[in-house]
Amino acid sequence: MKKRGILFILLLLIFVSGCGIKRDNGEVTINVYNWGEYISNGRDGSLNVNNEFTKETGIKVNYTTFQSNEELFAKLSSGGANYDVIIPSDYMISKLIENDMLHKIDFNNVPNYNMIDEKFKYLDYDLNNEYSVPYTWGLMGIFYNKSLVDEKEEQINWDILWNEKYKGKILMFDNARDAFAIAHFILGNSINSKNENDWYNAAEKLKQQKPFVQAYVMDQIFDKMANEEAALAPYYSGDAVLMKKSNSNIGFVIPKDGTNRFVDAMCIPKSSNRKSEAEKYINFMCRTDVALANVEYTGYSTPHKEAYNQLDESVKNNEIFYPNADIINNTQVFVNLPSNINKLLDELWIQIKTGGNGNPILLLVILLTFVLLYILVLLYKRKKLR
Amino acid sequence: MKLFSKIYTFLIFLFLYAPIFVLITFSFNDSKSRSVWAGFTFKWYNQLFQNQEILNALSNTLIIAVISALLATILGTVAAVGINSSKKWTRRIIMNVTNIPMANPEIVTGVSLMLLFVFINRSFGILKPGMTTLILAHKTFCLPYVVLSVMPKLRQMDPNLYEAAQDLGCNPLKAFFKVVLPEIVPGIVTGMMMSFTMSIDDFVISYFTSGTTQTLPIAIYSMTRKMVSPEINALSTLLFGIILTLLIAINLRQIKDKNVKER
Repeated sequence: MKKRGILFILLLLIFVSGCGIKRDNGEVTINVYNWGEYISNGRDGSLNVNNEFTKETGIKVNYTTFQSNEELFAKLSSGGANYDVIIPSDYMISKLIENDMLHKIDFNNVPNYNMIDEKFKYLDYDLNNEYSVPYTWGLMGIFYNKSLVDEKEEQINWDILWNEKYKGKILMFDNARDAFAIAHFILGNSINSKNENDWYNAAEKLKQQKPFVQAYVMDQIFDKMANEEAALAPYYSGDAVLMKKSNSNIGFVIPKDGTNRFVDAMCIPKSSNRKSEAEKYINFMCRTDVALANVEYTGYSTPHKEAYNQLDESVKNNEIFYPNADIINNTQVFVNLPSNINKLLDELWIQIKTGGNGNPILLLVILLTFVLLYILVLLYKRKKLR
Repeated sequence: MKLFSKIYTFLIFLFLYAPIFVLITFSFNDSKSRSVWAGFTFKWYNQLFQNQEILNALSNTLIIAVISALLATILGTVAAVGINSSKKWTRRIIMNVTNIPMANPEIVTGVSLMLLFVFINRSFGILKPGMTTLILAHKTFCLPYVVLSVMPKLRQMDPNLYEAAQDLGCNPLKAFFKVVLPEIVPGIVTGMMMSFTMSIDDFVISYFTSGTTQTLPIAIYSMTRKMVSPEINALSTLLFGIILTLLIAINLRQIKDKNVKER
């Protein structure tokens, strides 16, 4: 009995440690970190991109997903994870470059890069075009319900989200960078302003909007708009197809005040020790059929010239996904903010959402109450035990 | 009064189970929407078994849950036996120390474990964040629950039983396995089940200690910028079904055992 017990524990330990080792010794595996639901995965007969890559190169893909750029940054900077390919958005890329956290990509190993449209090279977040390969892009705009909103499409601009008429029917980004961008557009400031006053003004604007806002949400926008619980919601152009499918009354406008153009691009973090495999993966993602499968699956726009050519005519000519040059020229791209502005942004956003400054005294009182309660319980217990 | 108590019970069950029934219903919904019913379909179940990402996350989660529950159960039971037979004050102090991880906010546990793992990894080159660290982390926060559920069983037990077994010729280890263990098995099973479920749905601690390994809760959370796929509803329905069957099976067995004993 004794022996069997020990043997069992030993076996378990071997099994547990084996789990860790197995991954290092076997075939080559690269760790890919992407947005959730952001790659063609074989659903509904689409191409299963990661499987295809493994089939062709023998390199296994450990594909994992994140929900926000900030989450990705936290993960990378904690030093707890070695990713080989990551797909952050514009401003996060510039932040990663500033923090020296990205490898320069050797474009000789990414021949398919020449199929990427010139418009997507040398962008503000990667001025020397050394660190990133664009994956998808899109615009921020307003989803509205045609039967609930009186204004015509061409009348809709960002200020409609401040219209008291639609009180309780407006949804807003639960994401500081995007929410502030909208306020900046109305005020006519740069969304990357380095002037603290601009940010205070934008926060003031957002505070004015708060009474009319039903909720600060992200993915719940889909359901709330589909059920007509809400009439107006800013979101990303790539989700227009899905949104319109769920409710035919829903339309999408790109406001004339200008909007944000975001680019999600592939990068290789410094912590990666499989750079050449990572470049192979990036090159694979830039192959026409793969790029095409990905944009067809995600619904976002592609920076890939060949993939664009092969798209359905109805998508190609759709102003939502591929707007004309005038609209594009009226857009701004996010870049990383100086650290003082970033800090201010966090503070202001918390103020807006919680409706004021955090009160340290209140916090102290709450803490003390808990400690007191705990002591009381302990005293009571001791009394009872005696 | 009787009617009132019935209504009350009904309401309690309604609040407990309504969300699960909604989820089960929508796993058969022929549309991505989480609120509009568009017809009956099995397509999400079909797609679930083709979605490598979800299946991978699920298998990671299950492996971690099983191993960490087993480890926590073994360590916790041994610890409980030790704590139970130590002196009063030692016992109290150790019990309080064991309870701290439970009262500690998960985020504190998560961050501190992450720092520890990263530190060990940097200085000794072992314990790369991933499956192993996840198992260690889960085992850590499951341990107190096992201790807590085994302790009462040990205290209920007549301490003389163990001595009697030794008087009758058992060595201490044999006495433990023959006499003590069968008495505390219900506590051990409860502890293990609790560890298992806690491990499956843990998000915060896993989030900090996962490295490049993705567990199911993290995979689901990452879908929320777009839309959580209904495949998750299908998966949750299956998990709920499996756990329900398991629980019913265990309960049935216990009832049967009781009947046998009573005869």
